[in-house]
This record gives sequence, structure tokens and C-alpha cells, in this order.
Amino acid sequence: MRFITGILKEEKRMKEKNNNLIGRIQQYISKTKGPGFYRADDRVYHPFNVIVQKEISDHVRSWRFIILLVIISLTCLGSMYTAMSSIKETIKPNDPEGSFVFLKLFTSSDGILPSFVVFLGFLGPLLGISLGFDAVNSEQSKGTLSRIISQPIHRDYILNAKFMASLIVVSVMFFALGFLVMGFGLISIGIPPTPGEFLRIIIFIFISIIYVAFWLNLSIVFSVKFRQPATAALSGIAIWLFFAIFYEMIVDLIMKGLVPPTGLVTEAQMINFENFRLNLLRISPSQLFSDATTTLLMPNVRSLGPLSLVQVIGTIPGPLSLTQSLMLVWPQVTGLIAATIICFVISYVSFMRKEIRSR
Amino acid sequence: MNENIIELVNLTKKYGSFTAVDQLDLTIRKGEVFGLLGPNGAGKSTTILMLLGLTEPTSGSVRVCGIDPVTNPIEVKKKVGYLPEDVGFYYNLSGWENLMFTARLNRMSGKEASMKVELLLEKVGLTEAAGKKTGKYSRGMLQRLGLAEVLIKNPEVIILDEPTLGIDPAGVVEFLQLIARLSRQEGITVLLSSHDLHQVQKICDRVGIFVGGKLLAQGDLKTLSQVLFEGNPFVIEAGIGFDSSGLQLADNKAQEEWVKRILASVVGVQAVSKNGNLFRIHCTRDATGEIAKAIVESGAQLYYLNRKEYGLDEIYYRYFEGGKKNERKE
Repeated sequence: MRFITGILKEEKRMKEKNNNLIGRIQQYISKTKGPGFYRADDRVYHPFNVIVQKEISDHVRSWRFIILLVIISLTCLGSMYTAMSSIKETIKPNDPEGSFVFLKLFTSSDGILPSFVVFLGFLGPLLGISLGFDAVNSEQSKGTLSRIISQPIHRDYILNAKFMASLIVVSVMFFALGFLVMGFGLISIGIPPTPGEFLRIIIFIFISIIYVAFWLNLSIVFSVKFRQPATAALSGIAIWLFFAIFYEMIVDLIMKGLVPPTGLVTEAQMINFENFRLNLLRISPSQLFSDATTTLLMPNVRSLGPLSLVQVIGTIPGPLSLTQSLMLVWPQVTGLIAATIICFVISYVSFMRKEIRSR
Repeated sequence: MNENIIELVNLTKKYGSFTAVDQLDLTIRKGEVFGLLGPNGAGKSTTILMLLGLTEPTSGSVRVCGIDPVTNPIEVKKKVGYLPEDVGFYYNLSGWENLMFTARLNRMSGKEASMKVELLLEKVGLTEAAGKKTGKYSRGMLQRLGLAEVLIKNPEVIILDEPTLGIDPAGVVEFLQLIARLSRQEGITVLLSSHDLHQVQKICDRVGIFVGGKLLAQGDLKTLSQVLFEGNPFVIEAGIGFDSSGLQLADNKAQEEWVKRILASVVGVQAVSKNGNLFRIHCTRDATGEIAKAIVESGAQLYYLNRKEYGLDEIYYRYFEGGKKNERKE
């Protein structure tokens, strides 16, 4: 008898223990906010998605991202304000761009604050670099990398998922900002965008995302190469500053040495020199970005290089169609994508071949 | 029980001209606790990385659970849990969240994962701290969380790289007992590397001595001492007091000479050396009784006598002193 009651007691104890356990699990679940993989459901996520989810949640909750979001939102507001206040002056009668008032929201400025596009060209790299510079090396220094790669996942999932997560974060942010600017513009100027304008803005946002993706990948390369996140961040920023500030100066210096004084060269030679200068400038991704975006958002831009008098004579000023504008910037867009892919390949190869030891 | 779960044949890993692992042959049977013992930089971690397919061997072959980790690392990683040296967690996430992440990387459903995580947290005694951010965990807690993480995938083998590094002595004992218990209960094969002989000694069925990329000896402690101390396998420690004997023995050297003279009649005594306050008498046979008799009859006081079991201490000093010469920075 005592034996049986003993068994019963034991059973009861076990049951209580189980109940406690389930209660505790539920408690955690209700407490835990965050990515879907914390939920106690029946779904089985692909490991790649799990890493992406975690990375996105890390980004969104990090101070770094919040600060960047605030900076870019402020920029957005500031440039929108200047665009609004100067939009009246920028629309002139008989302007070929008269029908593209909405695009002016993104490109016009009052001369004091730069326009939205210029701001984005300047801050995009900062965004990309800050989302990627510690992608791999911080995992290494935290000691989590060797733990993650000993799970049954392919090694490249880590790199790809990190890139994917940052790209998703940037895309959501840019689309949100772009649509917000459009929405505010709609309310304040009262003119709805034409389908053409809308498409141009969407493509502009896409190109901006590619541009940020380039800087993101560049900083991921540095994060694979350098053990210290600070070194990686500084290298990224150094390249950004080099292209933003010094590169144009250097190109001008070179051109000064090459081009003979005016009066000694023919128009054709002058055009050749100018084209050469532009091509040199186009090594810089920021130049590619600004070429691409200005052409898309200013439909009356018909050429990105100099035109000779002969070419200009007889042209009727008028906006290019969307497909024509796209044709014009296609080399720039492919250039940006290519640069992005090159950076990705470099980081991929060096990460796959890296021997990962604990910190 | 005789099934080989890890088989290394002629395994070599070179970094440039430096050979980290040199023609290593090693087999580990299912269910045993194997200790890889060696000084820092002996190539223990490199061997472990090769077992997991995290780095490629220069030559030789590796088989883990019958799978080649070079060509099929994913399958190996499904069956092998690895606790890296100085394990780290995402400090902005709680212990529970960290484990959930790992469980989900192992393609578990949410229900399965949360049940498993909960059970393992209970097992390693971290239920109370489960909701705390791992940034606030102590070293020992992190190590226990690491063990829980390793067990999530129901591994057949667990590999622990220097698992006791940085934990206080009480924590070490507790942690090692936990490992031993898990291994016995669930039949998990354990490979653990360490440079601390005492810890390895406590829980390992077999030990391999690893110096300069080479496995010097392997086996249980008894066979090891037989292999390593062929010449004079017995050591007797004796504490001898000279005060009442009227002998004037100024230094250790003179005392050693004196003890040697007394023990000259005892068969099998090979050498005498003074180690701290104790004399170490190396013999070819167990001559404890005769030694005691000889000392007492000589007039000196015998206040301590101990027949030493060969611990890893001796093995360590004997073999790692050679290892120190080619020590490198890890």
C-alpha cells in the first residue's frame, strides 16, 4: 500500500513539475517580443530565414540604427521643407519640366540646404557602412561565430543572411521614406504624381538601395578582413570620404596637367577631354549614383556627357520618356550592381576560406 | 560499445612550414569520455576543427560517425555538438533566446524547440536565469549555457574545447560532473581537450597525451603510466626527520645521499630525490615495507610514507617539459 501511494505521489509530483514547466514556457513566450522563431508554433523555419529574422531584429533594436534613422528622417524633413518653400520659384512657365512638378520635391533646393537626392547620395554610404562594418568580426570577437558555424548550416548562410537582413532593413526604410515624402508632397502641393513620375520615383528608390548595398558589401568585406570593428568602420569611412571629397579634386588635378590652355584645342578635342574627365569620375560609385538619379528625376537631362554644338542645334527642349531616361542611366546602374557584386564576391571568398577559431 | 565513432588516420595539418598536427592516429569508441591532454599550442584545437570540417586537413583522413567531415560537414555537424573554447553568446539576448536561436538553426519546430530548451535549461541549472540577458551571466553560467546549447541537437558526440577554462574550482567540479553524468545517462561520446591534467583525470575513461602535434600515448591512466614509466613505475614518498638522529646533514644533496646509503640494501630502489619536504624514492617494484623498515632502523624519524599512484602530474611534467621547447603562441 505504501508502495502504491509512493508511486501515486511520485506521479503527482511529476505532473506538477510538468505543469510548472508548461506554465514557465508560456510565461517566456508571452514575455518575449521579437522575431517569429521565438514562437512555440509548429512551423519549421529554414535556418537561413532564422538568421535573417534575428539579424533584422538586432538591427532594428540597435541604437546605431535608431540614430541613423533619426538622421535620415531629419534630412528628409529638411530637404522636403526647402523643396516646398522653393517649389514656386522653380516652376517657370514654358518649362519642359513643367509637367514634372512632383519630381521637384526630390531635386529642388533653395541653395542653402541640398536637395533630397544630394543628401541621400551623401548619407547612403554612411548607412551602408554602419550596417555592415561589424557583420563578421563582432561575431568573431563575441565568440559566437564558431558556435554558429558548428550548427548544421552552410557557412555562406551567415554572410548571405547578414547581407539580406541589412538589405531588407534598408529597403523598408527607403521605401517608407520615399512614400512619406510623396505623401507629404501630395498633401502640401496638391498635385498628384503622374504614373510616369511615380515609376521614376520607385526606380530612384531602387537605385538608392543598390547604392547603399554597394557600401554595405564594401563594409562587409572589411568586416571579414579586419578583426577589429573599429578598423573596418574606419576603412569604410575612409573610402567614402575619399570618393566624396578628394576624388574630384584629384581628377581635376590630373585634367589640369593634361588639358592644354583654351584656344589651343579644337571643340572635338575639348569634348574628348571632358568625356575622359567624366569617365574618370565615374569610377566613383557616388558619381554613378548621382548621374543615375539626376537623370531619372530630371527628365529633361538628355545626355550625361558634353554635347557639341552640332548635336544641340535643332533639338527641341523636351523631357525624355521614362524608357529613354532608363536607357541613358543603364550603364550607371549596371556599374553599381557590378561593383556591389564584386565586393560581395570578395567577402564571400575570403569568408569561405577563413579558418574560424574561437576568439 | 566497441563501435568506433571517431577515427583519425594519419591526419596532418600544416600552416605553411609549421606542422600543427603531425600524422595523428586516433580512434574513439562509442560512449566513452576521451580526454585530449596537452599544453597550449599542441594542436588540440586544430584537431577538433578538422573533426568538425571547419578546417581542411593537409593529408590523412577523418571519420566521424562514419561520415567524412571534409566532404560532408553538414551531416557531421548534425550529429556532433561542439563547445568552442571561451564560448560566447549574443549578450543582448537572454539565455532562452540564445538557445531558441540555435534550436531553430537545427530546424526544430517552435514547440519542439521551446520544450527542449526548457528541459536543457533545467538540466544545466539555469532555469532561474533563463530570462536574463547573457551579458550579465558569469563565466560558469555561460559555460553551462554552452553545454545546454551543445545538447540541443541530441548529439551523438560532444566535443568540448577547454571546457573548464576560467571557471572557479567548485564550478569546475560541478561542470565536469554534469558532463560525466550526461555521458553516462544518454550514452553520448565525449571528447574534451584540456591542459589541466587533474580535471581530465577525474572524468575521462581514456586520455591521449598530445604534444607538438603528436599523440605521445593514449589509454587509461594505468596503461599510460605503464607505457610512460617503464623503467621505474613505483614512487614512494617519504617524510624523514633528522633531528633526533644526531646527523648533521646541511643541504638536500647530503640528505639525499644519506637516504640513498640507507636504502642501498633494499632491492629495486633506483633513485632518490628530494621534492619539497618529501623524498621521492623511485623503485622497480613495490618496496614500501622494506623502505619503511630501513629508515626506521637507521635512527631517523619516519613521519610520512605514501606509495604514489601515478597521476597525470608525473606524466605531465615528464612529457610536457619536452613540449615546452616547441611551444608556440596560439
